Amino acid sequence: MPGNLGSDRTFRFMSLACAIGVLLMFAGIMVALTYGAWPSITAFGFSFLWTDIWNPVTQKFGAVVPIYGTVVTSFIAMLIAVPVGIGIAIFLTELCPRSLRRPIGIAVELLAGIPSIIYGIWGLFILAPFLQKYVMPPVIDAFSNVPVLSDLFAGPPYGIGMFTAGLILAIMILPFITAVSRDVFLTVPPVLKEAAYGLGATKWEVEYYVVLPYARGGVVGGIMLALGRALGETMAVTFVIGNAHRISPSLFAPATTISAAIANEFTEAVGALYGPALIELGLILFFVTVIVLAAAQYMLYQLDRRTGART
Amino acid sequence: MNRARYVRRRRRSNVFMVLSIAATLFGLGWLALILVALLYQGFSGLDVSVFTQSTPPPAAAGGLLNAIVGSLMMSFFAVVIGTPIGLMAGTYLGEYGRHGRLGFVVRFLNDILLSAPSIVLGLFVYDVMVLTMGHFSAWAGGVALATIVIPVVVRTTENMLLLIPNTLREAAAALGAGHSIIIRQITWRAARAGIVTGVLLAVARIAGETAPLLFTALNNQFFSLNPNGPMASLPVSIFQMAMSPYADWHRLAWAGAVLITMTVLILSITARAVESRSE
Repeated sequence: MPGNLGSDRTFRFMSLACAIGVLLMFAGIMVALTYGAWPSITAFGFSFLWTDIWNPVTQKFGAVVPIYGTVVTSFIAMLIAVPVGIGIAIFLTELCPRSLRRPIGIAVELLAGIPSIIYGIWGLFILAPFLQKYVMPPVIDAFSNVPVLSDLFAGPPYGIGMFTAGLILAIMILPFITAVSRDVFLTVPPVLKEAAYGLGATKWEVEYYVVLPYARGGVVGGIMLALGRALGETMAVTFVIGNAHRISPSLFAPATTISAAIANEFTEAVGALYGPALIELGLILFFVTVIVLAAAQYMLYQLDRRTGART
Repeated sequence: MNRARYVRRRRRSNVFMVLSIAATLFGLGWLALILVALLYQGFSGLDVSVFTQSTPPPAAAGGLLNAIVGSLMMSFFAVVIGTPIGLMAGTYLGEYGRHGRLGFVVRFLNDILLSAPSIVLGLFVYDVMVLTMGHFSAWAGGVALATIVIPVVVRTTENMLLLIPNTLREAAAALGAGHSIIIRQITWRAARAGIVTGVLLAVARIAGETAPLLFTALNNQFFSLNPNGPMASLPVSIFQMAMSPYADWHRLAWAGAVLITMTVLILSITARAVESRSE
């Protein structure tokens, strides 16, 4: 018996132990973060969630500002990435010449493989100066007399800020939406589409009334997966967000997100509550992403079951 | 009247199809912009001293040797720790717990960990290792990266094992092989290419990971092989240098960025080649 690792029973036990290890890792993250955040949790209680002070000198901390930054940047990212991602998936499944499908598919996957630090350095040195010089000033000027938009796009143009971070996030999560949507679109039974074409539907009508409703669960799952990524993305955002602890109505203003605040401040967090407050931010982030990702998984599993049952 | 309506529908359809082409160009355009900037900026900063010298003081000549060695060392730790655990856990999901309740829970949580924010994993390892040891260390950095390797290897291992036809297992069982022999001698062997692909993809994933290293391995200006102390890594060095005001450091940061991207590209291409050869 070559490579004797032991009997069937020990082998089974070892694999079971490793599987439970994954379970323990998940539980361990919850426990360790709660333990690390405990001083902050007991000091601030639930008011941590709606306090907008972040003052290391007086050791008063609240999570509203980073949560606001995380929500706004992720929202901008979804606003751009969802239509574009689905658009690319429609192109790949309906319009693209067969010979181009694989190369474009690989290129989109490449976009997903680029590490976030690369997006960060590119955003800081290339995209932000470009936006600062050529995009932000005309936008600020154009909307300066429009009631709501003049607040949303107010100057001065720093280049970095929530809009830049949201744009970079959008580029990063695009591949997730495209990959999942494309895979689901391909599971739509051809007879359904052929029947719609037979009734005289146009290409867009087939997509809108047949393909998208059929693929809805999967597409929503892919979008949630992308949202989970956007909420927790750290490095790319940290480079271009500006790390300013204040809420500003302007999308061009510097801000901070949960992950950026942790990345920027954790190693320099002195005092009894600064570090724990940052860990509590991490705990909040983990909770929220787990809920979003769990919903995404649930939808994608439903889909697997359906397609599994049909084949 | 009907005809006008038909023309309108046709036009509407064409507009949306053009928009989908525009979306594709938009997506691919970013990829092109990033790669061009990276190659242009990166290769102009890439010379021999990048590989032979360590982090310089600001405004002096130097390189990334300490960071490259640190990244290699910590990635090695991560793979050595993460691969066996991931492989065995994936084997449990694919062979023993395929339909059980425990298998379902582990699979579900593993898929969440796969996309969980990596900065949280850094905080986790900080609480568990750095605080108990009392100092930052490359060990902690390696463990933090291992927490990213494990879910990737679990996922690919399980996927590969599910592709192995049951007749193969039944044939081995009919010859009198026990369950562990069937797994080690038959299914692992048949799934080998896929498992190797999984490990390669995991390494590609951690090659550029910064967030989990920020407060586990920290950083180190000097060349160090001591895994029990703080250690530099390429991503963290890039972060530090890019955020600094010094032009020399910016140049080094770009050079490091090219090194990481090339590593990731080569690993993904190799993974794809391994995978397609096995098909």
